[in-house]
Amino acid sequence: MTVQELNLQLNDEGFLVDGDQWSPEAAEALAEAEGISLNDKHWNVITFCREDAAQQGTPPGLRRISKLSGVNMKELYQLFPKGPGKLAAKISGLPKPQGCI
Amino acid sequence: MQRIVILGAGTAGTTVANHLSKRVEPGTSITVVDPETEHLFQPDLIFVPFGMQRPENTLRPRGGTLKPGVEWVQDRVERVDPDSKRVILAGGDDLSYDLLVIASGSHIHPEETEGLQEEHWQRSIFDYYTLEGAAALSDALANFEGGRLVLNVVENPIKCPVAPLEFLFLADAYFTKLGRRDEVELTYATPLDGAFTKPIASRELGNMLGARNIHVEAEFNAASVDGERGVLRSWDDRAIDYDLLVSIPTHMGADFVSTSGLGDELGFVPTHNHSLLADGHDDIFVVGDATNLATSKAGSVAHFEAEVVVENVLRALEGRSLHEGFDGHANCFVETGSGKAMLIDFNYDVEPLPGTYPLPLAGPFTLLSESRRNHWGKLAFRWVYWNMLLPGRNIPVPNRMSLSGKRTSLLERAAA
Repeated sequence: MTVQELNLQLNDEGFLVDGDQWSPEAAEALAEAEGISLNDKHWNVITFCREDAAQQGTPPGLRRISKLSGVNMKELYQLFPKGPGKLAAKISGLPKPQGCI
Repeated sequence: MQRIVILGAGTAGTTVANHLSKRVEPGTSITVVDPETEHLFQPDLIFVPFGMQRPENTLRPRGGTLKPGVEWVQDRVERVDPDSKRVILAGGDDLSYDLLVIASGSHIHPEETEGLQEEHWQRSIFDYYTLEGAAALSDALANFEGGRLVLNVVENPIKCPVAPLEFLFLADAYFTKLGRRDEVELTYATPLDGAFTKPIASRELGNMLGARNIHVEAEFNAASVDGERGVLRSWDDRAIDYDLLVSIPTHMGADFVSTSGLGDELGFVPTHNHSLLADGHDDIFVVGDATNLATSKAGSVAHFEAEVVVENVLRALEGRSLHEGFDGHANCFVETGSGKAMLIDFNYDVEPLPGTYPLPLAGPFTLLSESRRNHWGKLAFRWVYWNMLLPGRNIPVPNRMSLSGKRTSLLERAAA
């Protein structure tokens, strides 16, 4: 299933407008759109991000993911090339993490 | 007797302590804990590398900054025990509190990045977030033979998010004035996807960098430094060669915050965004850089937060409900070189906009555009800081952000 087939509404940076549209299939489609095919390691990160965001009320930043998810920084860059913080949040159906203000 | 203990006597802690000293009931004690004998005026650190301020002029003796009713304990905090309401000091003493205010700031940790703080530290790699670093960088710039000067923000959040831009603008002006600008290549390597975090300001500031021929390497997350070869590497294997690296290292909260189990992964305290109460506690407030809030770590924010914390400490002592008055307001002068500066003003909800800022003292200042008056405003702030802000005198700047003078039509356009 693709982003179009699932009828996912995205903002101009490609994040889900409505987090409730997220599902494992949606994650696959969002990853596909970024050229990523999800494996177990990706899912460890996605699961961590979703659980952490539910507890904290905000999507975790990159340092938090690398410190608490069990996947280190080097691996995060291999799994989610370029911007792992942003990409992990996007595929997890969360808003863009706030960098600094 | 009720006891208020404040951890840290920087901008936030000193302001809170001095304001409280005028407003608490007689018999209430106010104790500030800070190991440093001197108070550093941090906004001047940006001027030190360029010889625009002498290092010794940025410091004043701590004792003179605290009001007579405030007791200063010169010691380091080992940890806080919230259950027994005690602060354990490095010297071995204990302080009991009824209300605690954490104002312990943020500090750089170059050791978090591989290769950063090794034999080339303060030889070809410098920081300017410490007085020692800024003074050493001043010599390095004066002796710089030309080449690639790279400014890198390792990761966010950092203290004063506009400081990297100010450094680049001032470096451009510095080498231009020496007639050597063409011998220096200026690069800004940042984890952000542009010059700044908020879109309208990012566009404007990005244009200003471009106009000064300053190259931006965006979404650059520094992984390591090879000091021997002069190479900065990112996690996604990009490499930037440098002759002089100016680093803004990882920032973290005070060690005791983490040791006491009060911090997030960077040692910042999860804090209620409007009341400034520490999450999960009803007797601990947090102010200034020590919070995890989604606003700037900046002196203006510390000042606006301090007003809310003072009010809430007084309410908490009387058992009244808290004032949810903090709106994320930040207000920053940005030095842009050659005697000019710009001003940005924003909060949790409204990004920096162009327009004018009607400050009654010396305004109007121009928002998001350069002017000489803004630069004078920044310099005048030195006096305001030592003579009005720290002593806890009222300053005619509204605590909450106002839309007056701002070109809000830009927001509607952006939303449309």
